[in-house]
Amino acid sequence: MEILVCVRRVPDTSENEIELNAAGNDIERDELVYSVNEPDNYAVEEALQIRDRVGGNVTVVTVGGEDDEEVLRRELAMGANQAVLLSDDAFNGSDGKGIATLLKDFVKKGHYDLILTGVQADDGAAQVGGMLAAMLDYPFASLVSSIEVEDGKLKVGREIEGGNREVNEIDLPCVLSIQTGINEPRYVGMRGIRQVASVPIPTFGIADLGVDKGAVGEAAAKVKRVDYFIPALSKGAEMLHGSREENAARVLELVAAKGGLK
Amino acid sequence: MVGILPAQITDWLIPSRNLFLTIHVLGVACFLYIVAKRLMPLFRAERDFRFDRPLTRLGRVLQYWLGQWRHPRYKFAGILHILIFAGFILLAARAFTTLIVGVSENFVMPGLSGRTGHIYDILTDYAATVVFLCMVVAVIRRLVFKPARYAVPAQYGKAHTADAVFLLALIATLMVADSLFAASKPAGHALQSQPAEALAFLSLPWMLQIVVGSASLTTLWVVNVSAYLVHEVTFYFLLCYRPFGIQFHVETSLFSIYFAKLDRGTLKPVRWDVPEEHLDQVKSFGVKKFEDFTWKHMLDFYSCADCGRCADNCPANAAGRPLAPRFLTIKARDYAFQHYPVFGKANNSEPLIGNIYSEDEIWSCTTCGACEEECPLLVEYIDKIVDLRRGMIDDGNVPQSLQKPLKALESRGNPYGKMEKKKADWTKVPEFQQTCSIKILDRDHRADTLYFVDSITSYDDRMQSIGRATSRILADIGENFGILGAAEKDSGHEVRRFGEELLFIALRDHNTDAIKASGVQRIVTADPHAYNALKHDYTDVPPVEHISQVIAREVKAGNIQFHRVEDENKRYAYHDPCYLGRHNQVYDDPRSVLDAIPGLKRVEMKRSRDRSFCCGGGGLMLFYEPKEEQRMGVLRVRMAADAGANVIVTACPFCMVNIEDAIKVAGLEGKMSAIDLTELVDQNIVRASHREECETATVGG
Repeated sequence: MEILVCVRRVPDTSENEIELNAAGNDIERDELVYSVNEPDNYAVEEALQIRDRVGGNVTVVTVGGEDDEEVLRRELAMGANQAVLLSDDAFNGSDGKGIATLLKDFVKKGHYDLILTGVQADDGAAQVGGMLAAMLDYPFASLVSSIEVEDGKLKVGREIEGGNREVNEIDLPCVLSIQTGINEPRYVGMRGIRQVASVPIPTFGIADLGVDKGAVGEAAAKVKRVDYFIPALSKGAEMLHGSREENAARVLELVAAKGGLK
Repeated sequence: MVGILPAQITDWLIPSRNLFLTIHVLGVACFLYIVAKRLMPLFRAERDFRFDRPLTRLGRVLQYWLGQWRHPRYKFAGILHILIFAGFILLAARAFTTLIVGVSENFVMPGLSGRTGHIYDILTDYAATVVFLCMVVAVIRRLVFKPARYAVPAQYGKAHTADAVFLLALIATLMVADSLFAASKPAGHALQSQPAEALAFLSLPWMLQIVVGSASLTTLWVVNVSAYLVHEVTFYFLLCYRPFGIQFHVETSLFSIYFAKLDRGTLKPVRWDVPEEHLDQVKSFGVKKFEDFTWKHMLDFYSCADCGRCADNCPANAAGRPLAPRFLTIKARDYAFQHYPVFGKANNSEPLIGNIYSEDEIWSCTTCGACEEECPLLVEYIDKIVDLRRGMIDDGNVPQSLQKPLKALESRGNPYGKMEKKKADWTKVPEFQQTCSIKILDRDHRADTLYFVDSITSYDDRMQSIGRATSRILADIGENFGILGAAEKDSGHEVRRFGEELLFIALRDHNTDAIKASGVQRIVTADPHAYNALKHDYTDVPPVEHISQVIAREVKAGNIQFHRVEDENKRYAYHDPCYLGRHNQVYDDPRSVLDAIPGLKRVEMKRSRDRSFCCGGGGLMLFYEPKEEQRMGVLRVRMAADAGANVIVTACPFCMVNIEDAIKVAGLEGKMSAIDLTELVDQNIVRASHREECETATVGG
């Protein structure tokens, strides 16, 4: 099975202290450390496990600049067969639809049976997967938490609000957005990364993809961020000042009142 | 078999000489064949450099092998073993003589003729008796008293009792046969009123002589030849059977101890034959299949005597984690026996993890070293665990709980993912800054001494207090010191022990460069893990001391004086951190500091010093989510309570995390508290006289 996984490089929320920049329209990006968007990492792991079961290839792709090669290398070290960087000045400032357009044109240049994305990016809006599927006219399933390969189709499990699960049959080719927890992504150590340090990563620009210039980039973006802020702390917290037993009883009461106990 | 009674008692064995010779040849051939088969995996194993320092190694053979140094740590079993061992050593020449006598009846071991020989005979009569009695006692212990440490939990297979008793019985048989052989001839001489060699009074041969004394000469002859045959057959059966089980240590222990690891606190390199700069070319890291172990580690598997002392002292085992060092070895040995059979071809190797070991088993170890400290045969565990972890890391087989901190160590240089620029924030507490401001070393700010703070003390709110206490003490004794601040990354001590060697090398190289650039003459740290890393894992840095050593020295020199302890009713118990105590032998310095505080009453926990009980492990172990019945820390805190203590003094920030948590979990809040040695010293130190020096030492921070 030929599998494409779309990944993204994001500031790692567990290793950064996110602060607003002086202009108040973005976060302070000096001194940030980045990593692979967590759900994307689960998507890559799932692709690798499917490949190891049924054979085929795993390609990872990202849209970005030179710096974004770092996450592609990490996924290569995990075991992806190849990685491609979609990069061109004309892509800068694309909104979700622009990114989906770029990926669509990339998909059309190859033959992929299955396309995976993470359920959403840490700093994203969970929109690219769905749009990409629509543009390709492929079926789409979101929040996928299990995949079984069958002949020409997949059985995918999905999480339903409230902890329930459903299983759907979906025809190939299709696009799936992968939920964290679907597997346990393998560890990528220093050694793995070093071993793929010299693997060439092809870069596709606007001409290579044959993208319509008017469909991507800042000019084409129809969704624009107009504000970015850290919400003020609200006063919803209640401090409990009783003994341990009293506090425990009170917590139980509060949880029950909110419907947390059945 | 026997035929006509020979004319001379001295010629009793001659008619059966060919039979005896055949058994000799067969026995020796069998033994050599089996040993050759057993050695086969060792030749397919990884290399291991154990050929240096022969005198030190011989010294250890004298101490641990001949001297049985560690055996009395378990009194009863230890003394029993020493008696058996001494008996065997004494009986070696006698056994050899007996074997030759079957072929050449009048053989006498050179040097053991005449009077010396007579004394030797008397001694060995007693030796055989003592060994026989020890066997009886050992069998009774195994069958009646059943010491808990011999039990085999269900997940590790069936009990080893039958095998143990069988082996003990064989040795007992050997002793009886030997004694009967020795007794029958003097009985024959006595019967013929010839001068008979005297047997040792009340020894086993002496008693057997009385038993057989009334028999006819022919019967005695038959007894003599039969005893010889039983002795010979048992001897060779034992010799050939030992390589199939725990008694192989009789042959291998000498080599295991000679080649044992000499340096505490160190780790083996990834590959002994690959220099660090060529590690990139190594195809596979660590131990994944059996042949990835080194030959010495395989020898360890053969040498283990299944005494259970390692598991008995293992805190992971005590807490119900799926790890017992004993079975790490036993399982590997069973694997070796199965895959390198005595008859038939060696089988293909399969991965160890998932077959004989589980992932949790290998991650459960805190590398505290209690097992290695206890093992009478110096079997190594930490290097094997780390090698197995290197293999898992290489395969990407790492629990999610550990992946985050490892990634953070890679990108931020600390497991918490905190910003580098906040590394020195612990110094910026106003009331601390007023008394003691700290230099951050760079080109313009120089000092003699570096205080290496390490991650937890820098970033953890609670542990920052240890950093401030350490700094105030250093300032008080007039030390010209500073810290590296943002330039300091995690020491990498646990990174290395969790098997991520290349990440460790990156951290070490970064820190080494930063330390060298700072131009300091020496390093002080309050974190035993950093101390061990800087001392043993780093090669190119100035000498390092733990703060307890510095304080102890200054107390001794009279440069530190203490106020009376505030509450004289409290009882203090010092908890030895593994990487200060066992791995670096610093036991007395922290205790001497406590004893120098007037009015402080100190008690010792039952398990202290080299038998200290790990509180749960440090570094990355704090992130790992073990499968366990209870926390090690809770067990430790209860031990302190049992010792009558209500304050636990530690000298390690990780111990503080574990013990303070454990006090809460054990429900001992209010009854028990924990304090770091530096905090206690900081509270009680007499300050005024040194105030000026503190200020001069810290100008310019």
